[in-house]
Amino acid sequence: MTEPILAVSDLVKSFGALKATDHVSLDLRPGEIHALIGPNGAGKSTLIGQIAGTLKPNAGEIRFAGETINALSVAERSRRGLGRTFQVSSLAPEFSALRNVMLAVQSVQGSSFRFFRPVMLDRSLVDPAMAALERVGLAGRAGIPAAELSHGERRQLEIAIALALGSRALLLDEPMAGMGPEGSKRLTGFLDRLRAEAPILLVEHDMNAVFALADRISVLVYGKVIATGSVDDIRSNPDVRRAYLGDEA
Amino acid sequence: MAMRREHLVNAAIALLLLAVPLWASWAGQNFYVTLATRIAILALAAVGLNIALGLGGLVSFGHAAFFGIGGYVAGILASHAVSGAPLLGFLPGTKLMPVIWIVAILASGFVAAAIGAISLRTGGVYFIMITLAFAQMIFYFALSWPAYGGEDGLSIMLRNAFPGVNTLRPLPFFLICYTLLSLGLLLFALIRGSRFGAALQAARQNEVRTASVGIAPFRIRLVAFTISGMVTGVAGALFADLNRFVSPSMLSWHMSGELIVLIVLGGVGRLYGPVVGAALYVVLEYWLGGITERWQFFLGLVLLGVVLFARGGIVGLLAGRARHD
Repeated sequence: MTEPILAVSDLVKSFGALKATDHVSLDLRPGEIHALIGPNGAGKSTLIGQIAGTLKPNAGEIRFAGETINALSVAERSRRGLGRTFQVSSLAPEFSALRNVMLAVQSVQGSSFRFFRPVMLDRSLVDPAMAALERVGLAGRAGIPAAELSHGERRQLEIAIALALGSRALLLDEPMAGMGPEGSKRLTGFLDRLRAEAPILLVEHDMNAVFALADRISVLVYGKVIATGSVDDIRSNPDVRRAYLGDEA
Repeated sequence: MAMRREHLVNAAIALLLLAVPLWASWAGQNFYVTLATRIAILALAAVGLNIALGLGGLVSFGHAAFFGIGGYVAGILASHAVSGAPLLGFLPGTKLMPVIWIVAILASGFVAAAIGAISLRTGGVYFIMITLAFAQMIFYFALSWPAYGGEDGLSIMLRNAFPGVNTLRPLPFFLICYTLLSLGLLLFALIRGSRFGAALQAARQNEVRTASVGIAPFRIRLVAFTISGMVTGVAGALFADLNRFVSPSMLSWHMSGELIVLIVLGGVGRLYGPVVGAALYVVLEYWLGGITERWQFFLGLVLLGVVLFARGGIVGLLAGRARHD
């Protein structure tokens, strides 16, 4: 079995008496989509926040690419290749898709204090940005301002930015949220291809998408992982059906 | 195609601002040359503010500080050159415009960096108020500092000199101001298209996104605010030479407000927005000011009309909305 790129072990986070994360262990292996499901308030976003670095765990360890990252800031984790998209898209709305990605490329090159050379004539910015847009299938929309992109395209753009930042693993927090059936179908196809580029830890409520995509699923209830396994394991697990899936599955 | 239309509009404005004083000088109407000079100088001051306000979204209500500092640099250096007494006991004065401009750039840039380092830690209304407060501090300092005229201001007997140019005649002085305005516009255009400009504009549009790709907005904004103050400072030195007079009124909050009005009229963040705004302002002041003392009432109406019906300012009205490639 391949070495996991991201490994969370025995993670604990409490808010007062509430244990939002209760001794959680899970990992993400190269090439896979690992879905994290659970009812509202189960602690999914809290867990993602601790992995991304916006929240500090009380105990436990987070390892990324063979290194303990507990003490690193959000920016440092992002620089080491841990990419994240938000529940609500966050882009520069007036900039075209291309220029949004170019901003990430510029940051990676560490060169924002250049005052004269026009960015649009700078192949060292445009080419990698265009390549990232091609990888997510957005090259045809490169010139469209982010504000005019569809919800799904904005998701793709956020992922292109994460890829341009050199992300080797992605944390996606409800990418399908607020998307119509057509949009989520397209995004599902896109994430399916993306897993080979970068493995994905996926928080998602859309069960059709989760069952179609996930290599493994972990079910989080009241801060505890009650089951981890393949789609079939989870579908047939009696605890999961009782706690979460109900009649849906 | 909006971009190409804006290029045409810009070229037309640039030519018009050059052609009118050339014609007026030929026709012996030097008054109009002076009017055009005033437009060019105010436009340059507003181009400076447009770097902070238009590109960076930093609503500075204190740019009169840099305008006035530039003006006082011109006045103080000239007065020492005339009296022969060294400044601070060791620096000689000068009547040479290029030297004055460099000192004005350094002085206003230094103050802008200091004001920016403090006020850029805040945002929104607090930023507006803190920049206003700093500018008012400098205003009251100039008002109560008797060495250079205090509230009476400081006269420049003879306009400062530029090698090989007779600056006492209106047209050559206009051409100097027009050249500096063109350089200011070139600087604005270069910055807007550069990596630095990309980071600055991104920080205006979405601060969280900019930080999350690893670009810290504070440093970018501080540098932009400093450059912005420097450009406005040079304009202040020219303004003092135009009027052959500096007074604390150049430092007052009215001046800061006027610069914002020029940009809003012309088009926030648009290359030629400040030029159009300054032209409209000066022409209204001249025409309506001849009819009524309350001409600013009508300026207010025009401003209201622009804000309500032409969000991109006059340039936006002529050239369509701005696009980032």
